[in-house]
Amino acid sequence: MSRPGFVLEVDRSTPPILFHHGEGFRLEKLPTGSRVVYPAEPLTPLSDPDAAIRHALEHPVGDSEPLRALLRPGMKLTIAFDNEAVPLPPMTGPDNRQRVIEAVLELAAAAGVDDVVLVAAHGLHRRATEAELRHMLGDRVYDAFAPHGLLTQHDAEDHDNLIVVGQTAEGEYVEVNKRAATSDLLVYVNINLVAMDGGHKSTMTGLVSYRSLKHHHNVVGMQHSRSFMDPPRSELHNATWRMGRVLAQHCQVFQIETTLNSDTFPSQFAFLQKREWEWSLRDRASYLATAKSLDACPPALARKIMHGIKSPQKMTSVQAGEVEAVHRLTLAEVHRQHLVPVEGQADILTMGLPYIGPYNVNSIMNPLLVMCLGLGYFFNLYRGKPLVRQGGVVILSHPTRWEFHPVHHPSYIDFFEQVLSETTDPLEIEKKFEEDFANDPWYIHLYRNSYAYHGVHAFYMWYWGAHALQHVGGVIIVGGDPKAVRRMGFKPASTMRDALEMAEDVVGRDPSITHLHAPPILLADVT
Amino acid sequence: MKAVQVVDSLPRYGLAKVAGSLAPGLGAKLGAVSLVDIDEPLLPAPGWHRVRPRLSGICGSDLSTVDGRSSPYFQPLVSFPFVLGHEIVGDLDGEGGRVVIEPVLGCAARGVDPPCRECASGRSDNCERTAFGHLKPGLQTGYCHDTGGGWSTSMVAHESQIHPVPDRLDDDAAVMVEPAACAVHGVLGAEGATVLVLGAGTLGLCAIAALRRFTTPGTLIATAKHPEQRRWARELGADVVVEPRETHRLVRRATRSLKVGASLSGGVDVVIDCVGSAKSIEEDLAVVRPGGDVILLGMPSTVTVDLTPLWHRQIRVRGSYAYGTETFDGEPRRTFDLAFDLVEHAGLGRLVSARYPLDRYREAIDHAANAGSRGAVKVVFDLRGEKRR
Repeated sequence: MSRPGFVLEVDRSTPPILFHHGEGFRLEKLPTGSRVVYPAEPLTPLSDPDAAIRHALEHPVGDSEPLRALLRPGMKLTIAFDNEAVPLPPMTGPDNRQRVIEAVLELAAAAGVDDVVLVAAHGLHRRATEAELRHMLGDRVYDAFAPHGLLTQHDAEDHDNLIVVGQTAEGEYVEVNKRAATSDLLVYVNINLVAMDGGHKSTMTGLVSYRSLKHHHNVVGMQHSRSFMDPPRSELHNATWRMGRVLAQHCQVFQIETTLNSDTFPSQFAFLQKREWEWSLRDRASYLATAKSLDACPPALARKIMHGIKSPQKMTSVQAGEVEAVHRLTLAEVHRQHLVPVEGQADILTMGLPYIGPYNVNSIMNPLLVMCLGLGYFFNLYRGKPLVRQGGVVILSHPTRWEFHPVHHPSYIDFFEQVLSETTDPLEIEKKFEEDFANDPWYIHLYRNSYAYHGVHAFYMWYWGAHALQHVGGVIIVGGDPKAVRRMGFKPASTMRDALEMAEDVVGRDPSITHLHAPPILLADVT
Repeated sequence: MKAVQVVDSLPRYGLAKVAGSLAPGLGAKLGAVSLVDIDEPLLPAPGWHRVRPRLSGICGSDLSTVDGRSSPYFQPLVSFPFVLGHEIVGDLDGEGGRVVIEPVLGCAARGVDPPCRECASGRSDNCERTAFGHLKPGLQTGYCHDTGGGWSTSMVAHESQIHPVPDRLDDDAAVMVEPAACAVHGVLGAEGATVLVLGAGTLGLCAIAALRRFTTPGTLIATAKHPEQRRWARELGADVVVEPRETHRLVRRATRSLKVGASLSGGVDVVIDCVGSAKSIEEDLAVVRPGGDVILLGMPSTVTVDLTPLWHRQIRVRGSYAYGTETFDGEPRRTFDLAFDLVEHAGLGRLVSARYPLDRYREAIDHAANAGSRGAVKVVFDLRGEKRR
């Protein structure tokens, strides 16, 4: 039986608290009275995930027949799947996608379905490499489909292979991958890492064009997603739900969603999942050895080491059928693992940011991604109210190097240099620069032919933080490159103590402090 | 009189070169430049007047001389020893009032009659008799033994060089007229949908202001190394201002170019290079579009540059030296007249950041050589309080 998440109040006997700090870690002594929000321990996983998958396919939820009944000879079947942005870190094999897709393919084969195409639903993300596809799908699936051109990656700029299937009452165009939208059956295979994932958002981000994405990926939408980890209160989700329903009217979508427990790090990093006062001698030794070794490594080597981590996360649930019915169950499962009740907001919220986020798998966590991870993802890990009060201060711990992956993030570099040097205001940025970047032929070329994120993706990174930027009175980054930190309009600090002192200039003396002890991921249920 | 003078000394020139390569401006301490007490220059002929400098700027070409970086090309075009200083506002002896000096020493100043064909057409910047006539060689005041220069308390100027300063312009504004004239001369005709000004020292900032005043660039991009330069570049009219290392990427994006290897498929229509280094010229060739124009406004020296892109992309490179007569709005106009207008309209007097007495010439030169990093633009000698003036 796993222990639930909880809130610790720091007293004089509390040991220093672990902060992720990019590819490394720090132990920080927080002031007495500070609160630390710990995640729940990993839930017990499904004992036989393959059997659970088969059961889900046979017993769908919502208005859906079993998958077996939807398959017939001569039909056109498309199986779309989440890309490498989930889970984090990538999980040890077999990946949930592999398990589910193999089960779907077995049923399709049994039903005599020949026309099957797999589509990596990566939206405006970079294309996955062969190694990444093999990891997600397994060699058997990859080798059966890729050599025949039947394993494709969604191309949001391939206008010959996009189709407008309709429009919402609000005027939102639903322009979708043509193969998926014109299939007799679209099976979508998801891994629901956080509460934001899944549901109609899967298809409406992974399989659409920029024209459609901008209906929900925009500043006002983000500012009114409070939080986007709480779909009922998220404008991002409202829009994707409206649009997803249009697709569902056009073609049959059979959604298969899986959830994971929070067993995030392998045994040699066990200390990352334990509460500090429960660290064994071995945990302390491995913390010291790991932290010191990583500190001593050049950043590129430390990055390589950390990106080699495979997460032992295991499947905790699988549900299939009609999108919205499926997602309701999924969300409940995610909440079972992630929700931690927290009473009241703090003046200061501290967070240690890890080396990885959804957009730098096998890549560099550049400053924009630091912003996105901190003020987008981590800040929004709440339901109810943000962990920090309006006008409070967020303190992030991360090296925040002025460093970009030139292949993966070319438009990010230009955004960082050319846009943020003019303004950091998301609305102004959106108005003045977005279209120009989105339609830049070079970015489009790199997105389609190389391994680059789409030109507009850098903007979305900034938009993810739009709600936080509106809410907080200041952002301080501990241990970051001062120039990079200032470029984003934030303040650099050398130490946590300095940062806390600087924060007092904004929030006043003797502030209340909450530390979000993640990852492993949690979702603060703030009342 | 007190003057900062340059002597013809090969060892001291060599020392200056070494010192200047270690730290910009260090040549002032070890090189061929020194503060001396010398006789006032004589009036060479009728039509010449004595001028008492009030302010005299320190220019990039002066710094090249101080640090031994000037090209050997200039050797026959100067006469040693000479007093530096060609950005000058001064008082005309007698009741002549304040004047700005147009330093180019063309045929009129040299007493060459009839004038060469360039001077006859008003283009004294292209004078073919620079080393001849009744003056010793010297392409400008500030490089000619006979005229003296602005870094002193007394010099001489020919009536063809003298421009009265209207009362509404203060000395700071007036001392900016000469660099502004250089900029005006460089940018006129530099029309294009996208224009890039490389470098944001005095010349670069004046070029930005001049482009805004006298041309209609579609998009005016500027590169500036230092924060204060970036602020000025924006203030004077650049649409986009970036750091030098960001230039290539900005141009690519602004011109919707693709990339082939490290090269752009397109580029800006015009680059105005206000730096003049090998690196900047390489950058010019990398970011200008095929068939585009590069204008070298900053004084270059001996540089090693791969000209393959120039050949392949059929780029036109044009030097821009000094000033003379321009065609503006279809009419011939003296560049200095346009420069007066620019200085006043753009408020370029604000670019004067520091003033030094002659006694502190080493400090002044050090400040000027590191102006950007120290948040300054134009550093000048203030001679208004000098004795024996």
